[in-house]
Amino acid sequence: MKETKENKGQENGISLDTSVRKDKIKVATINEKRHGKLKVGDIIFYTCNAIIMIAVCVITLYPVLNTLAISFNDGVDAVRGGVHLIPRMFTWTNYTTVLGKKDIMQGALISVLRTVIGTLLALAANALLAFIVAQRKFVFRSQLALFWVITMYVNGGMIPTLLLYQKLHLTGTFWVYVIPAMISGFNMLVMRTYMEGLPDSLQEAAEIDGAGFFTIFLKVISPLCKPVYATVALFVAVGQWNSWFDTMLYNRFATQYTTLQYELMKLLSSVTSLKGSTGANTTPGSGVNITPISVRSAATILTMAPIVMLYPFLQRYFVTGLTIGGVKE
Amino acid sequence: MSKPEEKKKSKSKVEINRKILYRQRVLIIISIIFVAYGLLFYYVPLGGWIMAFQNYKPKDGLLHSTFVGLDKFKFLFSDATFLRVIRNTFCMGLLNLIFPTTLFPIAFAVLLNEMRSLGGKRVVQTISYLPHFLSWIIVTGILHDSLSNSGIVNELLLKFHIIKDPIGFFSTPKLFWGIVCFAHLWKEMGWNAIIYLSAISSIDPNLYEAAAIDGAGRWGKIWYVTLPSLRPTIIVLLLMNMGFILNAGFEVQYLLGNGLVKNVSDTIDIYVLTWGVSQNDYSLGTAAGIFKSVVSIVIIMIANAIAKKTGEGRLF
Repeated sequence: MKETKENKGQENGISLDTSVRKDKIKVATINEKRHGKLKVGDIIFYTCNAIIMIAVCVITLYPVLNTLAISFNDGVDAVRGGVHLIPRMFTWTNYTTVLGKKDIMQGALISVLRTVIGTLLALAANALLAFIVAQRKFVFRSQLALFWVITMYVNGGMIPTLLLYQKLHLTGTFWVYVIPAMISGFNMLVMRTYMEGLPDSLQEAAEIDGAGFFTIFLKVISPLCKPVYATVALFVAVGQWNSWFDTMLYNRFATQYTTLQYELMKLLSSVTSLKGSTGANTTPGSGVNITPISVRSAATILTMAPIVMLYPFLQRYFVTGLTIGGVKE
Repeated sequence: MSKPEEKKKSKSKVEINRKILYRQRVLIIISIIFVAYGLLFYYVPLGGWIMAFQNYKPKDGLLHSTFVGLDKFKFLFSDATFLRVIRNTFCMGLLNLIFPTTLFPIAFAVLLNEMRSLGGKRVVQTISYLPHFLSWIIVTGILHDSLSNSGIVNELLLKFHIIKDPIGFFSTPKLFWGIVCFAHLWKEMGWNAIIYLSAISSIDPNLYEAAAIDGAGRWGKIWYVTLPSLRPTIIVLLLMNMGFILNAGFEVQYLLGNGLVKNVSDTIDIYVLTWGVSQNDYSLGTAAGIFKSVVSIVIIMIANAIAKKTGEGRLF
């Protein structure tokens, strides 16, 4: 038995090799064709195109890298200008200052909590709702779908919503971040579209085996929906992490629940109000060279860090999500 | 089975009888919970629209505040600030729709697709949509640094002797709309291009070969194959985004605006915020919000009708 398997494996290996070789040959011929036909116009085009693409990358990356350099540069020195990509006077002071600020650390904690709790709740709620709407046999299926589609286009607006949250005593609490944001019509539809693409026979087989509603949802459908769950989780998590306006509107006076983004905004406005005199504003009494700009750069980098670090792992889910979203009717 | 009568009458093909309702009781009970949640958080605030027709006082509540009819709306449309705010919102929304949402992403996707090195393509793409995941707080902060008097833009312009004195980007009203447009472009171009790229990759390669046989060069292929193939995608996205024209006017404007450019930077949402939250005139804030919602819905309807007429399929 083993031998035959190995043989098969070898055979596979060989056939794989040949196919790879064939591909290589194909690529080679295509390349030759391209090179052979490469005219002056083509060379100019490729060069210009490359220059445009490099320009896009530079314009995108430079400001971020510049902020990174300033965050590691001595504050007073940075005000003199001329710090571009590499810090001139390297220091950790900006970061230690930021990490030593109680309200920023508090904000970071709240931001992490709202991202984690908010994403888990939203994932569970949207998935369950999508699963119900995806049930072809469900009698109220289309009404339920319409009920949520309407919420995508019509909403009460800022003031009525604010008053409602006040009435519900949600303002000034942590829960105002996660409970109203639990279900979104769009995310639900994305999940539903994906679930409807799964073969009906799976669920029917499970039903015949006597599986109940929740068993089918958790054990049969959900494991197959991992890609779409990951996509929705990504969107919700990024939204939660980046959101600041809800903090300003609902929790401005509940300082223990302000988020990292909101604290960063406060730093930003303190800097821009000094915009006229960008001179060296050393924090009085601290004895260290810190300026609002250098502190804010450090805070910006810290706020950006989780997203940038997770970016490579999350990247493959973007396109899936967008194409599913685009397919939706 | 508990309260199926509460639901609106069903027109679905499945015949409703007690047996089916009983069999689907779990589905129905969970649906009722979701509907209750939706009613509370999405439909109840719509009831708050009554405030716009009242002189709402928090102590009287919705039921006992005096009705004033359309007074609040009359005030809005006689208020020069509100008219200016409409203009700002609309113009900036339109600029966003044209450049960062449509033209640039299409051009970027087409050019990216023409790149020869696959690795380079992937790198450029990865970099281009990173900013989408950064918050507007970060983006506007970065923009402030880059455009400040000592920022990189002024530094370069001075170096190449294009200008003599640094430009005060945030104190020049004329430049504000352009800056907002650029901010959106920086943040969203790569992201918005993804959907066009995936549409381009699904174009049948035979079309290009046929075009080549017919003597089409690079630009011919782009003009006669790529762009026409993108047409449905472009139209659907354009129409879909039209509904968001008035929604695209808050965070950037709020974060970048200042007293000097107030006349061109304030949008409807900022107006609502100033009157409704800071001045506590809930009724006026709600009225302005209603105006925005109604105009958005009308735009969506028009877009939908156009979509139907052009035969590109409806949006919903």
